Amino acid sequence: MRRLITQVGEWFDHRLQLAAPIREAAEHPVPRNTASWWYVFGSAALTVFLLQLVTGILLALIYVPSASEAWSSLQALNHDVALGWFIRAMHGWGSNFMVAIVLIHMVQVFLFGAYKFPRELTWIVGVFLLLMTLGMAFSGQVLRFDQDAYWGLGIGASIASRVPIAGPVIVKLMLGGPIIAGATLSRFFALHVFVIPGMLIGFVCLHLLMVLKLGINEWPMPGRLVKRATYENEYHQLTRTDGAPFVPYAVWKDLFFSAFILLAVAACALYFGPFGPAGRPDPAIIQTAPKPDYFFLWLYALLSLLPPSMETPALLIGPVVVIAALVLLPFLSGEGEKSWRRRPIAVLTILLIAISLGTLTHLSGYTPWSPHMNAWSGDPVPERFLHGRTALERQGALVFQVKQCRNCHSLGEAGGQRGPALDSVAVRLTQDQLIRQVIQGGGNMPAYGKNLSPVETTALVAFLETLHPAGQVPARDAVLGEASERRLSSQP
Amino acid sequence: MSNDNTISRRGLFMNMGILFNGLVATALAVPIVRFVLSSVTRGRANAYLSWVPIGSVAEFPEGETRLATFKNPYVMPSDGKTVDTACWVRRIAGDQFQVFAVNCAHLGCPVRWFPQSGLFMCPCHGGAYYRDGSRASGPPERGLFEYPYKVQDGLVTIQAGELPTPGAPTASLYGKKPPCAA
Repeated sequence: MRRLITQVGEWFDHRLQLAAPIREAAEHPVPRNTASWWYVFGSAALTVFLLQLVTGILLALIYVPSASEAWSSLQALNHDVALGWFIRAMHGWGSNFMVAIVLIHMVQVFLFGAYKFPRELTWIVGVFLLLMTLGMAFSGQVLRFDQDAYWGLGIGASIASRVPIAGPVIVKLMLGGPIIAGATLSRFFALHVFVIPGMLIGFVCLHLLMVLKLGINEWPMPGRLVKRATYENEYHQLTRTDGAPFVPYAVWKDLFFSAFILLAVAACALYFGPFGPAGRPDPAIIQTAPKPDYFFLWLYALLSLLPPSMETPALLIGPVVVIAALVLLPFLSGEGEKSWRRRPIAVLTILLIAISLGTLTHLSGYTPWSPHMNAWSGDPVPERFLHGRTALERQGALVFQVKQCRNCHSLGEAGGQRGPALDSVAVRLTQDQLIRQVIQGGGNMPAYGKNLSPVETTALVAFLETLHPAGQVPARDAVLGEASERRLSSQP
Repeated sequence: MSNDNTISRRGLFMNMGILFNGLVATALAVPIVRFVLSSVTRGRANAYLSWVPIGSVAEFPEGETRLATFKNPYVMPSDGKTVDTACWVRRIAGDQFQVFAVNCAHLGCPVRWFPQSGLFMCPCHGGAYYRDGSRASGPPERGLFEYPYKVQDGLVTIQAGELPTPGAPTASLYGKKPPCAA
């Protein structure tokens, strides 16, 4: 039996002649210290990519890329097709894992100085692989053709339309027509299934080829500087004196980690299930608050926090600057220190980016910038703000709710956070200032002058004046106070 | 080694072959590029900018703002529900209307109308607009997008075949805002 297998193998290899180069690639010597758990993220990203290819093809067996049927075909996958939900969940979680692993891989490569000479091009190809991974993530969210996908496309179109001159043309190219409709979904399907995966496969091959040709980056030693003239000799010296064949010396860690990641994706898929689809993609249903998937949440937060005038420049110039910086990085610091122990600015940069992205993502979890659409009808005014109040003040509390002030202002921790909490507003603003603020607005608050009768304004301000902590006096106009004191003292 | 200035018979044929392929590729590029750009070059004359009805005048009480839906004039068989678009219709008085796109002028999320406070509010990034569509607060840099409208035989019709975006607000296509926008 064994002889037969060998013979068949030899028959094929006589024609393919692949065994020798494959063995050579597998057994090429790598520095011993790269057989580390820090070096497993690249292969894990490749594994998850293969998982995405397989699960993606499986989903395409059922999925219908038509705006009229995509949503119901996803429902069929979730509920009618045996284990369709599991394949959808694997693909969805696989996507999340892939974005995360690619980012971790990139951070590791950056901190270990692996982008330096002669691996500049490997890094640049990697930057494009990151962009394509994000492109897959966005186009994949569009294929989950639900309300979030529909309005997400609208947001994409709004951003693209801001490009000077070419904006409207780009929007029509992106949407495949004047509106978000069937053609839009079809072209995102083509992008997600043919164009980007094709490019990904090509770029992954290039990336791997360069890793093989140039050798894996050695473990960075503080003080061992990269010099163009000597690096390659030093590296070959290292693999000769302190090297080991990649298979099996280092590969077992990659294998273990890849299997662990696949298991983790499957566990998440089993436990959390598939993502959506959320509501039907019917643009006539406007009771929706669309949100992107987690890897774009930071952007969603950033877009609400940037000052309006900064937004368009940031949206259009920001990505260009970031991509240019990533591509130029190996040319700006292609030599010198590799170890993160001697590169404080690199470490701080990573920390700064991680903290910024983390904070923005966290903020987008509770969107303090959005009005709470149902607060005015849903959140009661806490009893302590009504107890012992006059009829006018209670009327004001009513105005406060009915005019939807609550959607942006909280009382007793409930309500919107767009504007300041009003639990102690009377301490901050005098009666005149309250009237002015209500009628004229200002500081990001709309003017309510046209929507409040004088009676309503009086009642509302009377209520607002009661909002101060017990034992703390409300704000009063210093000038008025002085004048009345003078009047008192001038009396006999 | 041959002289740099001479070219062999085979070399000439190869160069001619490359040239031939280049010519064919250029010829084929014309229909391919035109196909890819068809979503842009379809032209204004096409159906998608025709007038669509959103309801009779009587459906919109004076001084109020109501949600109306219309079917997009340009429909393909695979469009499904996506061609049913919503808009906010404000009847000021008589035949004076304002028809707003539901899309926020910031990033296109659907705004909701709150008659009690007379504001449109956006759930995404907190944009707010007054009843006449002008910007009240939040990130939008302008007021709500307005569709051109006309009233004919008691029917309100709008020209709304295009998704309004900050870069291409519908009204700007026609050079002027509807008369009631002020």
